[in-house]
Amino acid sequence: MSEQIEQAIARKYDAGFISDIESDTFPVGLDEDVVRRISAMKNEPEWMLEWRLQAFRSWQKMKEPKWAHLGYTEIDYQSISYYSAPKSMKDKPKSLDEVDPELLRTYEKLGIPLHEQEMLAGVAVDAVFDSVSVVTTFRAKLEEAGVIFCPISEAIQKYPELVKKYIGSVVPRTDNFFAALNSAVFTDGSFVYIPKGVRCPMELSTYFRINELNTGQFERTLIIAEEGSYVSYLEGCTAPQRDENQLHAAVVELVALDDSEIKYSTVQNWYPGDENGKGGIYNFVTKRGVAEKNAKISWTQVETGSAITWKYPSCILRGDNSVGEFYSVALTRGRQQADTGTKMIHLGKNTTSTIISKGISAGNSSNAYRGLVKMGPNADGARNFTECDSLLIGDKCAAHTFPYIESSNPSAIVEHEATTSKVSDEQLFLCQQRGLDTEKAVSMIVNGFCKEVFKELPMEFAVEAGKLLEISLEGSVG
Amino acid sequence: MLTIKDLHASVEDKVILKGLNLTVKPGEVHAIMGPNGAGKSTLGYVLSGRDGYEVDSGKIEFDGRDMLGMEVDERAQAGLFLAFQYPVEIPGVSNMEFMKESVNAVRKERGEDPMTAAEFLKVAKAACQQVNLPLEFLKRGVNEGFSGGEKKRNEIMQMILLEPKLCILDESDSGLDIDALKVVANGVNSQRDGKRSFIVVTHYQRLLDFIEPDFVHILADGKIVKSGGPELAKEVEASGYAWLGEHQEASA
Ligand SMILES: Nc1ncnc2c1ncn2[C@@H]1O[C@H](COP(=O)(O)OP(=O)(O)OP(=O)(O)O)[C@@H](O)[C@H]1O
Ligand SMILES: [Mg+2]
Repeated sequence: MSEQIEQAIARKYDAGFISDIESDTFPVGLDEDVVRRISAMKNEPEWMLEWRLQAFRSWQKMKEPKWAHLGYTEIDYQSISYYSAPKSMKDKPKSLDEVDPELLRTYEKLGIPLHEQEMLAGVAVDAVFDSVSVVTTFRAKLEEAGVIFCPISEAIQKYPELVKKYIGSVVPRTDNFFAALNSAVFTDGSFVYIPKGVRCPMELSTYFRINELNTGQFERTLIIAEEGSYVSYLEGCTAPQRDENQLHAAVVELVALDDSEIKYSTVQNWYPGDENGKGGIYNFVTKRGVAEKNAKISWTQVETGSAITWKYPSCILRGDNSVGEFYSVALTRGRQQADTGTKMIHLGKNTTSTIISKGISAGNSSNAYRGLVKMGPNADGARNFTECDSLLIGDKCAAHTFPYIESSNPSAIVEHEATTSKVSDEQLFLCQQRGLDTEKAVSMIVNGFCKEVFKELPMEFAVEAGKLLEISLEGSVG
Repeated sequence: MLTIKDLHASVEDKVILKGLNLTVKPGEVHAIMGPNGAGKSTLGYVLSGRDGYEVDSGKIEFDGRDMLGMEVDERAQAGLFLAFQYPVEIPGVSNMEFMKESVNAVRKERGEDPMTAAEFLKVAKAACQQVNLPLEFLKRGVNEGFSGGEKKRNEIMQMILLEPKLCILDESDSGLDIDALKVVANGVNSQRDGKRSFIVVTHYQRLLDFIEPDFVHILADGKIVKSGGPELAKEVEASGYAWLGEHQEASA
């Protein structure tokens, strides 16, 4: 039976095409001069350059962290190009009609028809291709509501006060090795600002894609929710199939002021490498939010791609009664490795957090959950509930759970539950006896396992995530 | 419909079926009784092609096709249905979703268009009512937290929806209260249309009061040792299987 499953999950990567787009790409290598040139390409003000340079100098003194449950060959930071832009971006398009049709076709292949999104879905999309933001749809409607949704490079020009105030306020430049690198060389990303009391009239969404060979993608996202506001934001990611590893080191900062709510969802499907572990994206991401009084931050992630995932979306629950949530599905197959989880830092009184993590391992992959729940001395009455479930498909894969609990407040309550299960022969047999093939059966069982997390995704994306899992488990059977 | 000839089968190198013969014609109902461990469930698994159940020799022909080379799902799509003695749970997958996928997989094989969600909801509701389960069971995870009797009724609901050609019911009556027993029996009887065939595995005559079989077989030690009409079930009810010892000696 397990052989059948093995075959069923050995599939090809659907988003693995390479787009033939002319681009301006920096030669490989990283030094102060490269940082200066990135800043110059973006026409940045002096303070931004200075900020980058300080980050770069700190990064040079830092060491790559090695504590994660991951094994990979040393990354040579001098063999990566730190900037790549499609040529036609030089004269930035003002509307979709002016966008390079080849680029738009790329998005269509990815299942993101921008035109359609613009007209039908009511989802505002910011698409980041390699290093630059291509187009932001739906801006007019958002502007009416006072919502700012634009590439961060543009925000640096147009809203310098906001950017200056909040950039690095949640993830400091020197927070960790990858965050420092990102701070020095970030090329684009999204900026969102929701004014006081405004409920953002639509889902905001960004798609990231790495296309060029040997380029790294370092995007930076900053979301600010003013008092009493609400926003739901989704990011999706893909990359072409290449034999070389590509680096992705993003930083996401969420600022949730009093009584606001930010819902941040990710569907990550970077290229995972082939079955022997050749190629694939190295995904080292720092995501963190600060929740002030009565604010709520909810992270939902569906991670199916990348050769290596190192990612811990976290909540600093600073304000009293603030709420943090983390819902995660991480699927690894082939030789993929994931070390992912969350940190819930309870500082305020009566803060609550919920962690639901679903890890699915297949093939020869390794899937680790790493979570920290920290109860500060003032976190009276704080509560955390953690549920950590692993599902194994086949018998060559591994699942690990590393829960860390640090409590300095005796009134705080931390609950942790963990289970490990297998897709059983009985379940598969039942499905097959009802006429379903092995692939369909496995994907159905896996989808059922993930239900608690999928129901947290915005409706249209929950369907997408289900399909993505199905594709991820698809293979040569039938 | 189904012809089994001199079937020998084993599980993990343990020989379980030892020369079993059985012929089921369209529209017939065959009851199979026999002591614990005789190989009744094994027969159901072998017929459905379950992994690990090896056919060592013999033939199985179903609806004119040689079944031995066919996968589990192919046999199911060809119209073979097995109601499990111990139905498993599939957490998080709703009954509705599960059955819609199943029904559409089978329809595809039959060359029929897939049912839309609305069409399916209608038939699913009807089937759910027919087995006397509240409609909320359509939304619940497959067998998730169902009682023993609810699981059995859920199996019958699936049978009704899938419209198979041959239904094998493995102790669909055990663990049922008398009302549920009638529900299961009525479910089966409602599907008797003169073409659909049934193999009903049971330990008790009581089910056969409601589902009247055309034939009753006694399966012991891997083969059919005695066949007869409904009266054979009554004999078993009255005197158990003690006589098997003599019979086996006699046939040895
Ligand atoms: N996977 C297995 N490994 C070893 N032996 C098995 C396996 N499956 C079944 N058997 C054995 O095969 C024999 C027949 O089992 P089976 O379940 O078919 O009996 P049954 O007639 O259905 O009994 P019951 O009336 O108790 O349901 C039993 O002795 C059982 O222990
Ligand atoms: Mg049995």
